[in-house]
Amino acid sequence: MKNSINNAFKIAKKENRPALISYTVCGDNTKEKSLQILNSISKDLDIAEWGIPHNCPTADGKDIQNSSYRALQNGIQLNDIFKLVKRFKKTKPSKPIILMGYYQMIFNYGEKKFIQKCKVSGVNGLIVVDLSFPDNKNFAKLCKKNSICFVQLIAPTTTVKRMKEIIKSSHEMIYMISTISTTGSALKYSIRKIINNYNIIKRIKPSKNVVIGFGITEKTISNLRSADGLVVGSAICREITRSLKYRQNPVKNVSKLVRKLKNRII
Amino acid sequence: MIKLKKKTPLIDQHDKFGFYGNKFGGNYCAETMRKPIEDLSKLFEKLRKDRKFLKKRDHYFKHYLGGETPFFKLKNLTKHLGGAQIWCKDVSAINGDAHKAYHATVNALICKESGKRYIAGDTGAGMFGKNLAMAAKKMNLKCKIFMGTKDISRQAPNVKFMRDAGAEVVPVDSGSKTLVDAVSECMRHYVSNCDNTHLAVGSAIGCNIFLKICAWSTSQISRELKKQLIKEFGEIPKLKLINVIGGGSSALGFWNEFIDYDKRHVELIGVEAKYAAPLSTNAKVAILHGAAQYCLTDREGQIAETHSLSAGLDYPGSSPLHGLLKDSGRARYTNASDKEALAAFKLITKLEDIRPSLEPAHAWNECIRLAPKLKKSDVLVVNNCGKGYKDKKIYIEQLGYYPK
Repeated sequence: MKNSINNAFKIAKKENRPALISYTVCGDNTKEKSLQILNSISKDLDIAEWGIPHNCPTADGKDIQNSSYRALQNGIQLNDIFKLVKRFKKTKPSKPIILMGYYQMIFNYGEKKFIQKCKVSGVNGLIVVDLSFPDNKNFAKLCKKNSICFVQLIAPTTTVKRMKEIIKSSHEMIYMISTISTTGSALKYSIRKIINNYNIIKRIKPSKNVVIGFGITEKTISNLRSADGLVVGSAICREITRSLKYRQNPVKNVSKLVRKLKNRII
Repeated sequence: MIKLKKKTPLIDQHDKFGFYGNKFGGNYCAETMRKPIEDLSKLFEKLRKDRKFLKKRDHYFKHYLGGETPFFKLKNLTKHLGGAQIWCKDVSAINGDAHKAYHATVNALICKESGKRYIAGDTGAGMFGKNLAMAAKKMNLKCKIFMGTKDISRQAPNVKFMRDAGAEVVPVDSGSKTLVDAVSECMRHYVSNCDNTHLAVGSAIGCNIFLKICAWSTSQISRELKKQLIKEFGEIPKLKLINVIGGGSSALGFWNEFIDYDKRHVELIGVEAKYAAPLSTNAKVAILHGAAQYCLTDREGQIAETHSLSAGLDYPGSSPLHGLLKDSGRARYTNASDKEALAAFKLITKLEDIRPSLEPAHAWNECIRLAPKLKKSDVLVVNNCGKGYKDKKIYIEQLGYYPK
């Protein structure tokens, strides 16, 4: 299990395609539904990211805000999330799962207790949006000690000097933010510029798995297929919102969307 | 207990990660924001030592904001309550009607220096929004103000002012539709536009640099007060400085020059709104808007909703600097209800010529409560930090009248 994130990238590489990574919010729109969605899309995924909903998500755009709001309205709590992860891993033990959230949720739960719970539930990695380098050094170490991958983020505003330091302290996966924005807005930069930024990171340490996220949709995904991995989040959350609005089954619609995304990159 | 450092400005008592007392503040922000806030920190550290910039700031404070705000004794109130002498530092007399004028102006000046053409800020009561809109107009900057829809409707006069000054008011309809959501949305706007936009945070909250700029700017209040006290008393008398606390920007400005005094000499008293009172109700430390602070949350750690008649106080968090002052025992915090603030307004305006807004009315309540228990030699000073006209409608609804 220790290297299941690495493994996922290896498999994708062997198939000569980027790893496909989804982001959905745990508990959106209900606990059961969110697990059903994840179970259903996981066959087309290499890695699953599950968001921990927070009611003050300062880095998220409207789509993920809506998803978080629905999940919280339906009463999701951290302990539910750990239980759901456990259930997911029971049926899909080799599928890596990364929890993504804001530091307040971890701080309130207690760092050590949180990581311990992650470990026993089978969480493979963590992304903490607002715990950036170097403030995350101790937390990242604690993750490593417990065989959890702490995913460092790199933004378009990150200087090369800082990038080198971040990469040095990173684990097996790095998340590159494509564009200056919150989650889910349109790409502000040309594909060429994004790939260029990506190559700068890869040149510093070719062995790191670098994924690109923010603003990736059905339309843009194939242009970025040279990356190690691509994260699609807001586009999926938007589909859940749309399905609920038209009283359609989000499980079916989201699965269809993820299948389409996969087809664009194989 | 945390110990304060003597002879070090309060805003500079943080470690290299931006933490005060190892506990409050920090920079809990997205990676995208790291570089812009680092650049801003460097710029600010340079500017605060730059004589030309300080001269410019003083010029604006004097000629654009109208210079020193008055300090006077409330003779009728003192007589009526029959205890301590009650004095008023009437910051509401500033052009711009509230202490927010200081850091709105400084933020616009910094924006200008940074070469950015856009400035964005959050507002609750509308005082910061209005002052930022004014300063932006004066300095030829494009201004966006984020404001909760609940606040837009209850603070309509200020909204009109912002729009008339040419600012775009962006309504925020998420969550509780108040200040907390406005700050979140403004931060999102900054994350998406940090390459050309300066973020002016409306209170002493947010990542380290934002609260530093805010408290540095409002400290003009205590620089003036110190001089005025010496002029009036020949020394700094035994004092109690009473200030309302929302985010905490006015109190930090009002207290800044007095931090090093013994608390038996100069006591600092902060007054929160009763149902938005993280400092006086033993709330836990939580991370909100980029900083660790005393903040109201539920058991799961979700940020709690607050309730106050006063839009400026309707905020679940508090400045990390107030956490520091609380835990070091330097300041003490209490609270007042909507009803108590209204009663204070009623009494003050019956006896005196000042017309406080709902925010300082909370501080006046504490003053009225304390004064009769104190001796004639004791001096109470209240920061009357905002003008009441913006709450005229609310006062009429609640009290049936608004005094002339």
